[in-house]
Amino acid sequence: MDFSFSEDQKMFQETLRDFLTAEHTSATIRELWDSETRRSSELWQQLCEIGIMGLLVPEEYDGMGMDEVDLVLCLEEMGTHAFAEPVIPTLVGTRLLADLADKSLAQEWLPKVAGGEAILAVQYPESPFVQDAHVANLLILQKDGELHALTPDQVKLTRQDSNDPSNCLFSVDWTPSADTLIAQGEEAAKLSAEAFDRGALAAAAQLLGCGQRMIHMACEYASERKQFGVFIGTFQAIKHMCSNAQVQVEYVRPAVYRAAFSLANNSVNRSVNVSMAKLAAGEAAHTASRVSMQVHGGQGYTWEQDLHLWMRRAWSLDLAWGSKQMHSQRIASIVIDQGVPTAPLGESWLA
Amino acid sequence: MELRFTAEQEAFRKEAREWLEANVPKEPLPSMDTKEGFAAHREWEKTLEKGRWGMVCWPEELGGRGADLFDWLIFEEEAYRVGAPLRVNQNGIYLLGPTLMEYGTEEQKKRFLPPMASSDEVWAQAWSEPNAGSDMAAIRTTAFLDASGENYIVNGQKTWASRGCWADWGFGLFRTEEGSERHKGLSMMVFPNDLEGITISPIEQLDRETGFAEMFFDNVKVPVKYLLGEEGKGWNVAMATAGFERGLMLRSPARYQATARKLVDLYKEHEDTAPVSAREAVAKCWMKAEQYALNTYRTVSFLKAGGKIGSEASLNKIFWSELDIEMHELALSILDAVGEILPYAPAAKGLVGHWLDGYMFALAGPIYAGTNEIQRNVIAERLLGLPRK
Ligand SMILES: Cc1cc2nc3c(=O)[nH]c(=O)nc-3n(C[C@H](O)[C@H](O)[C@H](O)COP(=O)(O)OP(=O)(O)OC[C@H]3O[C@@H](n4cnc5c(N)ncnc54)[C@H](O)[C@@H]3O)c2cc1C
Repeated sequence: MDFSFSEDQKMFQETLRDFLTAEHTSATIRELWDSETRRSSELWQQLCEIGIMGLLVPEEYDGMGMDEVDLVLCLEEMGTHAFAEPVIPTLVGTRLLADLADKSLAQEWLPKVAGGEAILAVQYPESPFVQDAHVANLLILQKDGELHALTPDQVKLTRQDSNDPSNCLFSVDWTPSADTLIAQGEEAAKLSAEAFDRGALAAAAQLLGCGQRMIHMACEYASERKQFGVFIGTFQAIKHMCSNAQVQVEYVRPAVYRAAFSLANNSVNRSVNVSMAKLAAGEAAHTASRVSMQVHGGQGYTWEQDLHLWMRRAWSLDLAWGSKQMHSQRIASIVIDQGVPTAPLGESWLA
Repeated sequence: MELRFTAEQEAFRKEAREWLEANVPKEPLPSMDTKEGFAAHREWEKTLEKGRWGMVCWPEELGGRGADLFDWLIFEEEAYRVGAPLRVNQNGIYLLGPTLMEYGTEEQKKRFLPPMASSDEVWAQAWSEPNAGSDMAAIRTTAFLDASGENYIVNGQKTWASRGCWADWGFGLFRTEEGSERHKGLSMMVFPNDLEGITISPIEQLDRETGFAEMFFDNVKVPVKYLLGEEGKGWNVAMATAGFERGLMLRSPARYQATARKLVDLYKEHEDTAPVSAREAVAKCWMKAEQYALNTYRTVSFLKAGGKIGSEASLNKIFWSELDIEMHELALSILDAVGEILPYAPAAKGLVGHWLDGYMFALAGPIYAGTNEIQRNVIAERLLGLPRK
């Protein structure tokens, strides 16, 4: 039993932090918002050089063959920096391709993913849209319980602008065929369920980083802004708002880390553990955004102030990979209707 | 990261489970905040002691099993699983015990810890005074060295000492330096409650039980060997105690996980009549109990790696106390009109009275162990770095 991360895992996070701090500022985000694709191939290349995209790729496909526990701190860090490049769908697609019974797609695509030459898009039934379909080299789509893999020339995309300019959503028109089919029946159901949980965990980790950052922004602002001759951070109303948000965010942390462990080890409680992480993270990030905006006063309501870059991330990540409502209902049906092996009835309760 | 229990931990769990199943009283004991209940709970402690379950994570020579804090969590999980009685000596084993381990002399440890683990000596804590609640640095009860240098002479008043009427020993903070102010000149001391000059009178609580008490000190002679830590450095010792209290031991997660399980059962029993919103609210409480447990396992990992509990303890205190209220309020809303019936009334079937009792006690959660407002100040200033002035 050990709830801590290894030095390597922490170092990986630090490397990413240094990179994002230097190369991905709020100015970068605003520039990307004004660009054609809102995506940066340079950033993607650098990310791959750090090794993030090859992390989940099995070693036989030139990757590092690591797991979600190795990854989760990095995902959190991306949330901290409102980094929205298509990491989540590519990671989800990576594991999906690696887990297919037929290894030909994995052989073709995963070395490219690890090398930064391919981006994957993954559709899931809970959303009518596909994220980052415009930059994907391979799209994994679902219809009638079947999984299909299509190249960009096989789909027609319609852009659906989101309130979060960093979130690139598309409707996808496509026709399934025997050529595009990659899994069906039980195999497809299993892969699709795992993909959904993996995406939800990744979004939860990003929400965690994002929520924490918004609290820190509030505290920084409250330590600089004066009213009535004193820093507004000295007012207890401001302190207590920030503290309440911090309590909520702090308790998301172990839930997210545990969900990563559950995924990496495919534990029996994987889905409920992931849903708890996603719901708790969504709620905490929501609180953090409300509090941070209030602390910023009128400044918080401007386009100029950077806070909204994170608020918009929090809103879109909350809806991605199952909304709060969806996960809350899933927890209720598992906890109330099915019954989970809760503490301390079974040896696996914590994992 | 490894979140599965080891074979040894599983074996420990099994041993604890088997012993508890065989030994836990079939009928719940009366409340430990009553005279009979206190006595019955002390008896239970004797039974625990016979099985060497008093404080599993203490060294064997001090009355424990030499197990670690993970084992303690496992033991707590098993205890709540079978509805074992609460720990009447919680002020001793959870608060003073760990403080003694850190600040006590070898002699003090040997003297106090074994009878604490066995509850031959039950402890009350005496911090609060009528004019020093949240503002504990305003303590005015004095303990000045006498001319011989052998005794502190204690004068003043403490209040709200939980189970103070029946406890054998007390510990608290006293002003040992004449003319000192605020955090300076305070010392932590232990004392037998039957010393000459100590008068203890019960206070009737919200639930009508006399769970806490006032303590009056009139020229009480406390031998210097009962000083804990350095003279004048009592504030630091007290903060360490508060850290254990808020940050880890006072409320083990198993307590809330057990409540959450009962809440799920209650909802299922009343599914047809419960408010529509109750379903997801129940699931959310269950989730929060789980979050609390996870964070505790995380804290223990941190401690085992050499970390020390700091201001994060304040986050913990807010989380469990608010969750406790949330769960009991929800249960009462599910029970609807029966919810106000007292435990002994004929209509109070099953756990009806249990929820009401639990709710009343939960209301004290945001007050004792440092009010939640004080915790919010601590979080803002020490963890988030917001300015004091
Ligand atoms: C069930 C129970 C058991 C207890 N057991 C013990 C025990 O065993 N030993 C012991 O010594 N004490 C015990 N206490 C006492 C407890 O520690 C005190 O009640 C607590 O510290 C608050 O002090 P107070 O009651 O004087 O309230 P006050 O300090 O007067 O506070 C009243 C209100 O003002 C708020 N307030 C005060 N200062 C501030 C501030 N700076 N900022 C914002 N708000 C503030 C408080 O949060 C609270 O809401 C117990 C209390 C209860 C309810």
